[in-house]
Amino acid sequence: MTEILGVPVAVLSGQLMLGIINGSFYALLSLGLAVIFGLLKIINFAHGAMYMLGAMCTVLMFDVFGINYWVALFLAPVVVGCFGIVLEYFLLRRIAGQDHIYSLLLTFGIALILQGLLTNIYGVSGLRYSMPEMFRGGMNLGFMFLPYYRAWVIVAALLVCFGTWFMIEKTRLGSYLRAGTEDSQLMQGFGINVPLLISLTYGFGVMLAAFAGALAAPIYSVSPVMGSNILIVVFAVVVIGGMGSIAGAVITGLMMGVVEGFTKVFYPEGSAAVIFLVMVVVLLIRPSGLFGKEA
Amino acid sequence: MSQAHQKEYEQLRISRLHAFYGESHILHGIDMEVKRGELVTLLGRNGAGRSTTLKAIMNMVGRRTGSIMINGEETMSCAPHHIARLGVGYCPEHRGIFSGLNVMENLTLPPIVRSGGLELEEIFSMFPNLYERRASQGSKLSGGEQQMLAMARILRTGANMLLLDEITEGLAPVIVEKLGDVLVKLKEKGLTIVLVEQNFHFAAPLADRHYVMEHGQIVEEISAGELESKQSMLDKYLGV
Repeated sequence: MTEILGVPVAVLSGQLMLGIINGSFYALLSLGLAVIFGLLKIINFAHGAMYMLGAMCTVLMFDVFGINYWVALFLAPVVVGCFGIVLEYFLLRRIAGQDHIYSLLLTFGIALILQGLLTNIYGVSGLRYSMPEMFRGGMNLGFMFLPYYRAWVIVAALLVCFGTWFMIEKTRLGSYLRAGTEDSQLMQGFGINVPLLISLTYGFGVMLAAFAGALAAPIYSVSPVMGSNILIVVFAVVVIGGMGSIAGAVITGLMMGVVEGFTKVFYPEGSAAVIFLVMVVVLLIRPSGLFGKEA
Repeated sequence: MSQAHQKEYEQLRISRLHAFYGESHILHGIDMEVKRGELVTLLGRNGAGRSTTLKAIMNMVGRRTGSIMINGEETMSCAPHHIARLGVGYCPEHRGIFSGLNVMENLTLPPIVRSGGLELEEIFSMFPNLYERRASQGSKLSGGEQQMLAMARILRTGANMLLLDEITEGLAPVIVEKLGDVLVKLKEKGLTIVLVEQNFHFAAPLADRHYVMEHGQIVEEISAGELESKQSMLDKYLGV
């Protein structure tokens, strides 16, 4: 078997692929955070909970209503997105324009409440969600084995990320979003219904998180605490990438997944910490993040 | 005076307007009215409350009391986007060009609020530079180009009352002259214009009336015909 730096290629490419998959989730989640931060100027600490809700929704839709994976992959984000719009309308809107600490505490509180409620009902041990039939198995690429579902996760996440980037950078609706990021008051002075735009934007960001959750349901352990685990890493990713750019959030997400994957090969003990190490280094050298605009 | 017949229509009436930013009380009871087709200026020193008056009309200040009627409709409880949709086009100080959008995106950002706005071809014939730079990012424009874009942007929407804040500030004389020509054309079209202007020599030949502001109040109203007789008083207020 061929080796690179004393590591078999199969191991290396296996970890690389796992890294890209984790990175896909980081990308989807940090993308949603960046979209929300851009217009609402709040850091959505409830983002992990929304990811968790997406996964729980997918599982429960199957267990309770027998709704299959493909329908749930569409329906779970819509349901959770609508829930996000309700949260924005009744809670976040009340503290708009206040100090960051208020939205931080509010969204963190929302996350804790959701997590607590669902833990009370379902426990923390994790729910079972069976892999859709068509994704069982995988293909042998010669140098590694690629399970079909993991390939699908990468394709789906990249498609959604690209679609979001295209929508924001190239369409009229996206130009509203970009303009609102700079000066939402002036936008409203031009006759654009900014409060509505804010609600929809929050709903959309939440939808991205819930989509990641639905995508994760068949491969990760689905439990009420799954969101809080991943969110810490995603925040580090966001800090590394900087809040300024949509493409930056996606690229940094993928990159950090890969960095984490490679660390698992060469120094497994450091894999949990490596992203935070990168964060420290980036903060020291470029405090606004790799893709962030200079403050 | 071709629009003399329209001049009875009251497009804007402000009464007892007070405005606040947080704790600071900026406007202390403004009363003014603007008839359709009129060009009215707000003169005064920096900090007199002229920009705040325009912002208050747009409901972009912290808190307001009093009354602002637009086309006979009370707007004190209207959100800014509803006020824009009454046909008000606002051009902020510092122009408000979105740096992340290109010229074309900036130009087409504000929604059409009334019929009768300028078509893109008319805008580009009025401002040929904008056509050449239509694919440039907003941040790459010169000050003059930014100002042209800020004006063009609200002409497209069909707004029939323009609130223009310091549009000549920091611009080269040739561009100021160009903006003067544009204002004359807009007046001929019958648009109502409220102009906040530091450059009195720019404003004087264009305006029908002037309101002089000091300390958040209107201290004098001068019609175009009275300018000569009241010049010395005006100089005192403007500190020139």
